[in-house]
Amino acid sequence: MAYTDTLQRSSFGQTERQDSWWIQPLAIFLGFSAFIIYSTWAAFQGDNYHFGPYLSPFYSPEIFGDSSHSLFGPKPGWWPLWLPFSPAFLILWVPVGFRLTCYYYRGAYYKAFWGDPPACAVGEPRKKYRGEASFPLIIQNIHRYFLYLALMLIIFLTYDVWNALWFVDPATGQKSFGLGIGTFVLAANVTLLSCYTLGCHSLRHLVGGFMDKFSGSPVRLKTYQCVSCLNKRHMFWAWMSLIVVGFSDIYIRLCAMGIWTDWRIL
Amino acid sequence: MASVTFKVWRGNKEGGEFKEYSTDITEGMVVLDALFQIQADAANDLAIRWNCKAGKCGSCSAEVNGYPRLLCMTRMSSLPQDRPVKIEPMKSFPVIKDLVCDVSWNYEAKKRIKKFKPRKPDAADGTWRMQQEDVDRVQEFRKCIECFLCQDVCHVLREHHLHENFIGPSLLVYTAALEMHPLDVEDRTEDLRKHQGIGYCNITKCCTNVCPENITITDNAIIPLKERLVDKFYDPLKKILNLFSGKS
Repeated sequence: MAYTDTLQRSSFGQTERQDSWWIQPLAIFLGFSAFIIYSTWAAFQGDNYHFGPYLSPFYSPEIFGDSSHSLFGPKPGWWPLWLPFSPAFLILWVPVGFRLTCYYYRGAYYKAFWGDPPACAVGEPRKKYRGEASFPLIIQNIHRYFLYLALMLIIFLTYDVWNALWFVDPATGQKSFGLGIGTFVLAANVTLLSCYTLGCHSLRHLVGGFMDKFSGSPVRLKTYQCVSCLNKRHMFWAWMSLIVVGFSDIYIRLCAMGIWTDWRIL
Repeated sequence: MASVTFKVWRGNKEGGEFKEYSTDITEGMVVLDALFQIQADAANDLAIRWNCKAGKCGSCSAEVNGYPRLLCMTRMSSLPQDRPVKIEPMKSFPVIKDLVCDVSWNYEAKKRIKKFKPRKPDAADGTWRMQQEDVDRVQEFRKCIECFLCQDVCHVLREHHLHENFIGPSLLVYTAALEMHPLDVEDRTEDLRKHQGIGYCNITKCCTNVCPENITITDNAIIPLKERLVDKFYDPLKKILNLFSGKS
């Protein structure tokens, strides 16, 4: 008789747990779904993504587009006519890929969307399981490449905050220093995204985790400790940055549509 | 003093059922105390594995209200007492009798992990030198008491019974302690991928949640090991860089 022959399998959702184990996966399912639906809708809009010196993080950097933030001018002529265009399509795949392959999100959406398992010590819907050992989920190992790109995005988003400090006077066309609520929104956005990105498990490995011996490398040790410090609250930063990046787009969109007023402090 | 009802799983590898017992609970009691009372008063043949009663030997692992816990560290006051408290054996291992499981598979799987292989001694007298910052990481893993609660909650073993393909979080912690040791020069990444099935872990962190020693199993042991595998097998850019720097 094999060792596992007498072990029992639970049916889907079967558990002896008496607590409300389903609340967390349900909350994650609803939270992620809401964000996916909104961000997809916002990406397809292709307008109202900039207001004054502000640029929505969903569209930043604006590689091609009609706003003054565009790096290389309007939509390129080679863009296929049959393919819908939005500046967000050129950039949004980076943060989507980064979050999709993120170690925290993986664990969370395997539970909430795939029931693998629905919660700890709760029965699963499927008997077959391959995990991340083979295709397709072995592709999750690409995470560090998305990290490299996400780090570049942080630079662009920081530059957007700088831009959000300079307002153009419509009468004179002169740029002057200023602070609007939108400036703070974009600053909060890049701060939270930095805390999330700089606490990435792959970054933690790349800056020093791969080493077995830290003595003799004080800078590397300090860097490893800093990343580890952020990594301890990776889930918190993941959620906070997700909420605020969505809010940043909503704020700029509503200002651009004239529904909200961007109050100036300076 | 309040009387609390327990539903305790009684049986062996052929099968069993929950049997109901009631016992009086006083302040400060843990679940193991209550089971001792039941054993003394109503079920003399109730099998429980225990030893230190201080959360350090890892013997009294079981499931309390469906959640893997040490019986000796679960206070009765932390459980709802208006309904029966359910006690059952761990589900990832075959039952021997009542709450006692056959956990021998863990020891057999552990034997297949490559042993500690130190580098050449640093000093002429055959000794080594290490700094505290070099061993900080692995000291966390040395807290493991081998209670196997993490193995029990891991769905790869619990629900899919992939014991042949996956060594489970407890042994991944053991491997991490060796792999990250500053003196160790052995390479276990190939085994982790091929024979110990680290890819089966889908990082749901259940193991971390149940660890009575609060070892951050997923973030500090399993993910760093997964990243080492990425270095070796799944990162073409790193391979090219290593080629130019002469590392491989």
